[in-house]
Amino acid sequence: MTPLPRWVDIGVLPALNLMLALVAAGVVVALIGEDPFRVLLVMITGAFSAETVGYTLYYATNVLFTGLAAAIAFQARLFSIGAEGQAVLGVALACLTFAPYLPPFVVVVLACLAAPLFGALWALVPGVLQAWRGSHVVITTIMFNFIASGLLVWLLSGPMIRPGQGSPESRRFADAVALPAIHELLADFGIAIAPSPLNLSIVLGLVAALAVWMVIWRTRFGYALRALGHSEEAARYAGIPVPWMIVATLLVSGALAGCMALNEILGVQHKLILNFSAGYGFTGIAVALMGRNHPAGIVAASLLFGALFQGGAELNFEFDTITTELVLVIQGLVILFSGALAHMFTPWMARLALSLGESRG
Amino acid sequence: MAETWLDLLRLLDGTLRLATPLILCAMAGLVCERSGVINIALEGKLLAGAFAAAACVTLTGSVVAGLAAAIGVSVLLALVHGFACITHRGEQIISGVAINICAAGLTVVAGNALFRQGGHTPTLGPGERLAAITLPFADTLGTVPILGPFYRELISGHTLPVYVALAAVPTVWWLLARSRFGLRLRAAGEMPEAAETAGVRVTLVRYRALLICGALCGIAGAYLSTGHGAGFVREMSAGKGFLALAALIFGRWKPFPVLLACLLFGLLDAAAPRLDGVTLPLLGPVPVTLVSILPYALTVVLLAGFFGRAVPPRALGRPPGGPH
Repeated sequence: MTPLPRWVDIGVLPALNLMLALVAAGVVVALIGEDPFRVLLVMITGAFSAETVGYTLYYATNVLFTGLAAAIAFQARLFSIGAEGQAVLGVALACLTFAPYLPPFVVVVLACLAAPLFGALWALVPGVLQAWRGSHVVITTIMFNFIASGLLVWLLSGPMIRPGQGSPESRRFADAVALPAIHELLADFGIAIAPSPLNLSIVLGLVAALAVWMVIWRTRFGYALRALGHSEEAARYAGIPVPWMIVATLLVSGALAGCMALNEILGVQHKLILNFSAGYGFTGIAVALMGRNHPAGIVAASLLFGALFQGGAELNFEFDTITTELVLVIQGLVILFSGALAHMFTPWMARLALSLGESRG
Repeated sequence: MAETWLDLLRLLDGTLRLATPLILCAMAGLVCERSGVINIALEGKLLAGAFAAAACVTLTGSVVAGLAAAIGVSVLLALVHGFACITHRGEQIISGVAINICAAGLTVVAGNALFRQGGHTPTLGPGERLAAITLPFADTLGTVPILGPFYRELISGHTLPVYVALAAVPTVWWLLARSRFGLRLRAAGEMPEAAETAGVRVTLVRYRALLICGALCGIAGAYLSTGHGAGFVREMSAGKGFLALAALIFGRWKPFPVLLACLLFGLLDAAAPRLDGVTLPLLGPVPVTLVSILPYALTVVLLAGFFGRAVPPRALGRPPGGPH
């Protein structure tokens, strides 16, 4: 099949897939008996008003990290869906363990190192099993997601539970152990914006996106990674150590997923709670697919999903019959159309691009 | 003595009840995966089936209609999976993830739109649930020592899906190992190109496998919301579809070992509450919350090759002729 022109691949196709997902979700809304356009309007105004845009960016930060994590694995044709489990422990352990002994700044730095480290560690076993035992990384990452959530329940209901507390959560971190919120930082410079959970981790996320781009397209490691994604056999003949590459790719992916916890735990919650990963790991898959596994596309797609989450939260207030979970439906449909059915429109698009090229030339 | 026996029987009874959705879903996954289609969407089908059953029973009052609706919705999702990854040769894992997420969202959105109870369905009354089937002579034979309670407590008195699940295991075994369809199905899962050359229409075989898969997951869903439970609760499947997937791997894609794996996982589930506060010699108190991760940990250990080796069907996840 002739490759599609670049503008179709990164512009038209994602837009078309998003449209399809929105139309399908619109049909659901219409079936329920509400006006799809009013719902869309509520979501857009809910996501981009001056008070709420910070929330949109905060949600976007979460899925920016998990989207990058999914994308780097997808580039190597490894379908890791373990971001959900990889995010869990590192930050909180670092904060709780070192907080009493070290200055807050050092603890924050340690936590920022612990998050990717633990994420990578949690991806290590699935990586090794895929590389040398041939057991599918999808299956092992699913198992590790459940093991992680089980461990979290155990830790928060036993060893790490806040003393004198019934609900499963850890004690709060020391006050200064946190990533500063953006509205507080800007206030220091005399710029007033509405308070929101948006914090410094969005900057980390953007740096990570840039780093991922550099690694994939500007380094030897990235070349090997993409070669592996195109053809494992060709990569092996080219002398690329395939098993090591698989493990290394999954470690990087896990590290990126782990960073999501920085935004949630160090930025917002300031304590370890149950289920803080809340499906963001899976949203990362949608973000990566939508962004065509490219960091620039992923930044754009994570903004879109951030807006969907924030706009979706407004639905609960505006409608009796439409709830936030509509966002889940849209998300699933995006994954379906831009991932599983990605080839449905490719032949049409190829023909369209061809005929356009002819009429132009 | 009699008391201990009865206690053990109750534990096994609980095991069977908790293992039923696992058995049904694992058999569904088995048929599907042996034909070469990865199915991580068992969870979504189970959840959608559970919702469809409870919603339909609430609206129509008919338990049979509920069961039919569950099967219908679950089969529909299976067909979406087939459309994406058989017809359009899309990535099977991605399609599975999409179906799971859609099911999680749609059940709550539809549930809230229909019943306005935050995604739950109203609690079902006694006449609106799958009835327990008392096998013949359960009461008369129940007085016989030892075997009587065994028959009365464990064998008799379950709902239809429990017996369907138990019957599904030998049926699936026979279907795969002894029938012409099964031979073709296995060929499609091991060497699709060779099967095509021999005149087997791999696409059709895989679609049929998906239909069976959808039907079984639908029954499991109806069992969750109208047999085991009384109404739909959001996220009701709670990972059971994935647990069935683990059992499928743990049983190495073979019907009877998979049944044993499901029963083992069911037993862990049933025994967990009883272990609360129990102290093991040397090890100290049992961390009950950790029992829930045992099935997954065991499966990973199996995958690591520490005991035996789990070899999936060779063409699992691959459309005939390779991916795009």
